[in-house]
Amino acid sequence: MSLKLKALLKSPWVFHLSTGSCNNCDIEILDCLTPRFDIERFGMLLAGSIKHADVLLVTGSCNRQSVIRLKRLYEQMPKPCLVVAVGECSLSRGMFIHSYNCPLPLDKIIPVDVYIPGCPPKPEAIIAGVVKLIEKVKKDKLSEKTKKAK
Amino acid sequence: MIYVLYFITYGFLLTVAIGLLTSWIDRKVTARVQYRVGPPILQPLIDIIKLLGKETLIPKGASKSTFLMAPVVGFASAILVSTILWVNNITSAHTYLGDLVVVIYLLTIPSISIIMGGFASRNPLASLGASREMKLILSYELPFVLAVLVPVIKSGFSLRLATILGYQLQNGAVATGLSGVLALIVAIFCIQAKLGLVPFDIPEAETEIVSGPLVEYSGPGLALYKLMKNMLLFILPFFLIIIFMGGLHFDAISIVKYVGLVALVTVIRNTNPRVRIDQAVRFFWGPMTFLAALAVALALTGR
Repeated sequence: MSLKLKALLKSPWVFHLSTGSCNNCDIEILDCLTPRFDIERFGMLLAGSIKHADVLLVTGSCNRQSVIRLKRLYEQMPKPCLVVAVGECSLSRGMFIHSYNCPLPLDKIIPVDVYIPGCPPKPEAIIAGVVKLIEKVKKDKLSEKTKKAK
Repeated sequence: MIYVLYFITYGFLLTVAIGLLTSWIDRKVTARVQYRVGPPILQPLIDIIKLLGKETLIPKGASKSTFLMAPVVGFASAILVSTILWVNNITSAHTYLGDLVVVIYLLTIPSISIIMGGFASRNPLASLGASREMKLILSYELPFVLAVLVPVIKSGFSLRLATILGYQLQNGAVATGLSGVLALIVAIFCIQAKLGLVPFDIPEAETEIVSGPLVEYSGPGLALYKLMKNMLLFILPFFLIIIFMGGLHFDAISIVKYVGLVALVTVIRNTNPRVRIDQAVRFFWGPMTFLAALAVALALTGR
């Protein structure tokens, strides 16, 4: 694995975007920063600006107004970057699945790397999801390497 | 030729290493104050490496060359000022008259580079942050220069860092006298503002204007700014130790001096709320300038 990606996995700075959620997932994400869970142990910080971020945490059901902003933020994020969908709403629109205002789930709009289900997911689940994300990126790179070797 | 050697080894490599370590101490102490575990020791270095590998985005309509040049200017001046300080700290043979003035000017340039970058990025939040940084510079420079005057007066009106160090070697540190203590207190508050740490992190106020002048920076530009700030976290306490406490040597007392100063700065940062810009200006032009002027008066009468 390249040094670039290794460093990225060791210090993922998180930008947190709510696309019209009920704020429960957002509160659970902020819980991860509290002394009980303390994700700074893994080098994760909440970034204020999207230009500083490596991981985009999306909560909420992607309504028509926020889809435009979501796409713009995804384009503004410096690559390489990762996207994590947090909560039932951003995974499958949850209870808003028949709503006129939520036409598409998140992964039909931008590529998503990891899904964290729950309504809202517990902080433990969010941390477990991020660990899965890190393992997935490592494995992807390894499999690419073995393909090249073959 | 000797300056090139100092420039590479002490000015760049050693300062960056100590700066990153200090940044880790700062984050770890902050975490412990908040009953957290805190990041691992290599975290600041990993952050810098990661940022160097990211994409550079230039905002539409920004002044491209200024936007890209600003972090380099600040970083270069940080290396230069640390070189001058190290040369003075180690040997007095290659120093020159008036380097104190040069150091004071060079310590302002990192802030000015942040202002340049903020205004060049054509973002309303960045412009707001840059204008706040400008007001902050105007407020803290006056008490800072007054405080620096005290060691100058004590050492017989010398503008040469080596002479100030030599004076302290013979007569004890400046900070042992009453005027020295007052000036040191003022200077600690001023470096708090120069470093942009919490009571005076008004330009960067994460929770109100995102991250101020740095909001549009990504990748290597941001990495240079972060590295510059980490280096300043070493350089400014180092400067205070040179002019007030008799310089750094490679022994236990020096480590206590340095770590104590950094821990003090970190504790001030963790136990205070952010002030508004008008409160900061009032604080520096009122009580701080008064204290610094008192220290200068006491120094002139020989206390």
